[in-house]
Order: sequence, then structure tokens, then C-alpha cells
Amino acid sequence: MALLEINQLYKTFEKGKETTHVLNDINLNVQSGEFITIIGPSGCGKSTLLKAIAGLDTEYTGEIKLEGQKIAGTSINQGFIFQEPRLFPWLTVEKNIAGNLSLNKPSVKSDVKKLIKLVRLEGFEKAYPKELSGGMAQRVAIARALLRKPKILLLDEPFGALDAFTRSHLQEALLDIWKEEKTSMIFVTHDIDEAIYLANKVVIMSSRPGAVQKVIPIDLPFPRKKSTTSFQEFRHLVLSEFEKVDELELINSAGI
Amino acid sequence: MENQTTISIDNIKPSKQKRISKKKDARQLTIFIKGFILPLIVIAIWELAGKYELISATLLPRPSAIFTTFIELAASGALTGHLEISLWRALGGFALGGGLGLLIGLLVGFNQNMEQTIDPTLQMIRTIPTLAVIPLFILWFGFGEASKILLIAKGAFFPLYVNTFLGIRGVDSKLFAVAKVLQFSKWKQITLLILPAALPNILLGLRLSMGTAWLALVAAELMGSSEGVGYMIMDARQFSQTTVVFVGIIIFAVFGKLSDSLVRLFERKLLKWQDNYQG
Repeated sequence: MALLEINQLYKTFEKGKETTHVLNDINLNVQSGEFITIIGPSGCGKSTLLKAIAGLDTEYTGEIKLEGQKIAGTSINQGFIFQEPRLFPWLTVEKNIAGNLSLNKPSVKSDVKKLIKLVRLEGFEKAYPKELSGGMAQRVAIARALLRKPKILLLDEPFGALDAFTRSHLQEALLDIWKEEKTSMIFVTHDIDEAIYLANKVVIMSSRPGAVQKVIPIDLPFPRKKSTTSFQEFRHLVLSEFEKVDELELINSAGI
Repeated sequence: MENQTTISIDNIKPSKQKRISKKKDARQLTIFIKGFILPLIVIAIWELAGKYELISATLLPRPSAIFTTFIELAASGALTGHLEISLWRALGGFALGGGLGLLIGLLVGFNQNMEQTIDPTLQMIRTIPTLAVIPLFILWFGFGEASKILLIAKGAFFPLYVNTFLGIRGVDSKLFAVAKVLQFSKWKQITLLILPAALPNILLGLRLSMGTAWLALVAAELMGSSEGVGYMIMDARQFSQTTVVFVGIIIFAVFGKLSDSLVRLFERKLLKWQDNYQG
């Protein structure tokens, strides 16, 4: 049985008389320990899909099951990383990670300590978010999500706002975490290199209506190098899928 | 002023701490001195103008004369008596009005039902000038302490109420999504998210509330009483003792500033996480 099953998921937005099909018949399975990236043009509904899996949005038809249980709302089983770190500015790094859990509990304290080491933020335990760089803050957010030991970690363009160097550094950090914790990941991005670099499977979505256009398994061994020819071949494969979409859209809009 | 320096340096290693705190001390001192430049110049000109009889001593007595009167009043014990009763009134009224303002502000902020039933009425009462209700308070409660304390309470209530309410409703909804994802309980949502986020507004409300409490105190004591700093001023006016009037005014200024500084000290301690433009 797959860890996460999405069956015939539909979602529409209604604004006045117009109905927009945001998600159209999404079917997707995620195995335990798998790293999935979802890539697509803006407005294809990839963030909406992620929010539905998180339980932040329950207004859809179809079903999403985690370990056979229908997802009814947010829970600690689904960790979520937003595009911005969204730390509580009045809490120190360790208190941000602990959140509603008490640092006075020895088990929480030692878990927080381990995670701070994992995201390489030793020495910043007592720092406030204003003293952190964007990359450091996002690492705190990742540690905060991991503390709850989620079955699946959902990441909504988490590195989108960071510069190229910080981003590639954090991609490596995330892969290290993935290897260590074996948490399943669904990672939404609009960066093709990032999608291929991280994933076991790249899910390509097309827009209007938002649908899964193709799933490309990436069987390159880790650690990957973006400059290798095999990496570039996958890049061409993904790009040619996008070009197909463009042609289709051109045909549609021309009314042929 | 010295305790300001100890607040923000507790993250720095002890070896560096001494050097940095010395530097900080020096900087704090210059900031402190800067605040005195303007008043000192004004006082010097004033004193000189009085000395060369450019201004009338009855209308604007010299600073040295005011100081002498202050020493006399303090020595006779009259000043401490007036000051004590005034402080009690201000404190009592502020505690009553400010406390209620905070409490009802929290209730209305957390609950939309409360907002819809209570807030419109309170907003209407808020627009009534405090001075306009003085005759009514005298009719109801007489010239005693009750009318004074209630008048101060009315003044102190609204700044805290409005700002507490505003602070709670101003919490970033993006952080609520985080609290939802992390499965915060209602209680943790309040203690970890809403109250800390509203704290800057609540402290601002506290400062404004204390300001209006002083204002209402003076109004209450001028309207009729037999003791208190406000009474002392009114009494001195009848005998044209301008120096005593000045002593009273300066005491209000000093205590107003002291209470304000106290809240600002709290602000610096509690809001050190803020990342704002420092000027």
C-alpha cells in the first residue's frame, strides 16, 4: 500500500458566474520514503494540491488518504514548510522549533538539540529570527516541521525566495536530512534543475485545468551533479514536456 | 538609565562584554546628555532674563525662586502630603480603568460576538469628552474620592481598550496557518501567538493610558478638592503664588515622565525581538 494515495481529486473555484477548474482528476501515489517534486507553471494548482494534502484546504471532491486514512484536516502526520520561514519573531530559535512542546521535557530538549545539529544551527539556539539570514530561518522552519516526526513533509517552494548559492546549499542539506530521517517528501517548485536534482519522481503539472501531465522517474544515483550529461538528458525530457504544453495551449487558444 | 545597557548584551561572550558595555555606557551617556541640552539653555536664558528684570517676577518667577519654593514646600511636609494623595488617586483610577480596559479589550479581541455586542456602545462612550462628564460625576458621587477615581478610570480605560483590541486583531494570519499546521491548542495559540504579537500595541496602550490618567487627575483635582497637587496649584493661584504653581506643574511633568520611562523600560525588555527602524 502506498503511503499517500490521491484518487480523482477535483477542485473548482467559483467567482461570480465563472468556474475555474483548479485541479482536474489528480491521481497520485507516494511510497514511503519517496521524494516527489511537483513542477508546473504558476497557476497550475500545485500549491493548492499541497494545501489539500496538508489538510489546510478541505474543499474538494475525491479523496486523499494517508496510510489508508482519509485526511480530514491538519495533523502532525503532515509537516508543512511554507515559502517564507514564518517563524514567530518573539521566540528564540530553539523555542520556535519546540513551539507548543515544552523545552522543559528532556525528550523534547534532546530532540530539538539533535535537529539544531542536523540543520547546522549550533550556537544559534538563543538567537531571535531577526538575527538570522533567510537560509538560516528556512532551516529553522525545516527543523520545526521535523520535530513532530511527520510521515510526510510537504514543501511549498521553500527555497524560491533564496539566492542561488543558498538555495543549492539548502538542497544538499535537505537531501542529507532525507537520507537521515527517511521522511517522505513532496516538494513543489518552479525550478526544473531543483526538481530533477532532488527527486525520485518529477510530477509535471499543466495548467487550466490543473492536471498531472506526466510523471518522470529520475533514476540517477545520489549525490547528483547538475553538469553531467545524464542530468542534462532529464532536463531536456522535462523541458520537452513543457514545450508540448505550450503547443497545446497555442492550439487551444487559436480555436483549432 | 544604566539598566538599559544590561538588556541587550546578554548574548555576548563575557570576555567581550566589558569592553562593549563600556563603549555602550559612553554612548548611552551622550544620548542622556543630549536630552538635557534644550531645557538647560531655556532655563539659563529664563534665569538671566529674570535677573535683569526683563520679565515680571509675579508672572514668570526665576527658576532659582521656584527651586527655593520647592525646597520650602518639601521641608514643611506640605508637598509630600499633596503628592501622596495625588499619586494614590492616579494609581487607583489607572488600575481600575486600565485593568478593565485590558480585560475587556482582550475579551472583545478574542470573541467576535463580544465585539458586535459591546464595541459599538463603548465606541460611543469613548467620544464623550472626559471633562463633559465631570458635572454628572459630582452630582452622582459628590466631591469625594469616588468621583475623582472614577473620572481617572474613565480616562485610562479607552487607550488600553482600543489598543489591546487592535493588537489582537492585527496578528499576522500567516502565523495562524503555522499554528494550525503545528496543531497548537487554543491555549497555546493565545500564549505563543496572539498575546506576544499584540504586546507592542498593549504596551503602547499602557503608555497612552497613563498619560490620560495624569490628565484626568489634574482635571479631577481642579474641579474641587482640599488636597492634592492639583489643589495646591489652584490654591496658590488665588494668592498669586506663581512659584508654587510652577512647582506643581513641574511635579506633574516629572512624575508623568517617570511613569512613561518605566513603561518604556518594559518595552525594551519585552520587545527586544522586534526588528524596527531605529532612526
